Amino acid sequence: MPGRDGAATVTATRLDGPSTGPALLVEHLSKRFGTRTAFSDVSFQVGSGEVFGFLGPNGAGKTTMVRTLGTLLAPTSGSATVAGIPLTAENGPAIRSRISVMPESPGLYLRLTAAENLECFARLYRLADRQARIERALQAVNLTDRANDLCRSLSKGLRQRVALARALLSDPSVLFLDEPTSGLDPVATREVHELIGALKDRGVTIFLTTHRLEEAERLCDRVAILNTTMRLVGRPDELRAQLFKRSLEVRLRAELASPASVFVGLPGVERWEASASGSYLLTVSDPDAAAPQVARALVHAGADILSIAEPRHSLEDVYLELVDEDVEAKRR
Amino acid sequence: MSFSWARVAGIVQKELRDYRRNRFVILTMAVLPLVFIIVPVVELLLIKVSVSSSKFDTRIGLALLYMLVIPAIVPSVLAAYSVVGEREQGTLEPVLTTPIRREEFLVGKALAVLVPALGIAYVVFGIFLGIVALFADPAVASAVFKGSRLLVQLLFTPLLAGWSIWVGIAISARSVDVRAAQQLGMFASLPPLVVVALMSFNVISPSVPLALGLGAVLLALDGLGWRAVAAMFDRERLVTGGRD
Repeated sequence: MPGRDGAATVTATRLDGPSTGPALLVEHLSKRFGTRTAFSDVSFQVGSGEVFGFLGPNGAGKTTMVRTLGTLLAPTSGSATVAGIPLTAENGPAIRSRISVMPESPGLYLRLTAAENLECFARLYRLADRQARIERALQAVNLTDRANDLCRSLSKGLRQRVALARALLSDPSVLFLDEPTSGLDPVATREVHELIGALKDRGVTIFLTTHRLEEAERLCDRVAILNTTMRLVGRPDELRAQLFKRSLEVRLRAELASPASVFVGLPGVERWEASASGSYLLTVSDPDAAAPQVARALVHAGADILSIAEPRHSLEDVYLELVDEDVEAKRR
Repeated sequence: MSFSWARVAGIVQKELRDYRRNRFVILTMAVLPLVFIIVPVVELLLIKVSVSSSKFDTRIGLALLYMLVIPAIVPSVLAAYSVVGEREQGTLEPVLTTPIRREEFLVGKALAVLVPALGIAYVVFGIFLGIVALFADPAVASAVFKGSRLLVQLLFTPLLAGWSIWVGIAISARSVDVRAAQQLGMFASLPPLVVVALMSFNVISPSVPLALGLGAVLLALDGLGWRAVAAMFDRERLVTGGRD
């Protein structure tokens, strides 16, 4: 039996070789259901071999985007290229033969075994060498020993792994994972993360929608934040830099008698504010350059320094900042 | 990409495996035929040859009509489940994201219902004929084994099943509830039986040309039914539940 580390067991290889263009190219794409807009004027591209995170609150249009790019829904306007093929109704079967979609719910045939589920899909993809592919996909998710178990007897986490094996079966150029860890316990979540990490190492292009921000930060090369319209796209550190000014957080044993006399005029310090008793937040242009100067000034003022550090904004901070902005905008 | 029988086979194989382990399907396939064989067998064994000729024909016709209810009702129940059932279980979306075409999906679903339904209908009819040959009055047996009556049974069994399947799948593709789909499917599968009933009761004088003519009409309806179902099979509607 393969080890628990999924990364060590993903051995399948891509059949179609590296693609020259972007794996996904989306331009001004919109989808409306009657008067309701699911998403509007969304543009982005995903490079070949990239893990692209798609974040957003409930109802932001993430799943609709996956279904649209997966050719289940027709876009209302805009254009897209999926796995190098223009997104049109006629190209649906051709696109679907080069992608895999793992919906939020595993959608397994519960009265069939894991292997039988995969066999059905191997036939639908008209895969040659079906048995070997099935074994390889099950191996990739560490489920070879449960291949002949009925899916209804499997736990939620194991079902999710079967669904992931099903998505890997056709060696897709682009793999869409819609909330792959939704409802899983921490152990199952970690296992799915390891599997996604292994796919990333293998160079599979992954489009991942998730609510879990730490998941996106850990797994994704770039993330997009969608709230009906596209709010931001970039690497997590780029997004942080875009949204938050760089700063230094200073913690002292006691409050300064005259903080203005210490901080005002210090090179690189743009502004300061007291954040709590003995704590100050300094807005700086370059934290690495400013920190020694701040330390020297504080020592000179006789302060007992507990710490000087650049606060690290998580992707969650970025996300909440944007979503809060949207909520505020709606209120106005 | 052209029509692929390999993909159709994938759907058929999956469906048959699923049926085998589905108690509801097993019960539908076992209990309904059992009900519909007991009544006509008892009916024919109790016929007295002394009754008037028209009453005799009516009772024979009624008994044989029961045999045609099997290919009308059994597939309609299964077909009505085929799409809405998958949607309820959440298994439809993963299938629709594969390269399968709607025509392949529908033919696969239809064949998976047709094969067991025909098998059951013909086996039950064979058992029925065997019982009649062995235990019924020779006059009754002779009436049952009349060429035109056998032709009606053999010809109309697949045609009625075909009609029931397409009607069932059409209802299933537009429904949001399995039970409602099955009830509607059962009712919608019955109208062609009326014509067959008229023939069985000698209201329309049964003859080989008439049976062939009606068979051709039913065959044409089956063909139209397939096209109509393919046209109303809308991935977007199925995935979003008709949200528009």
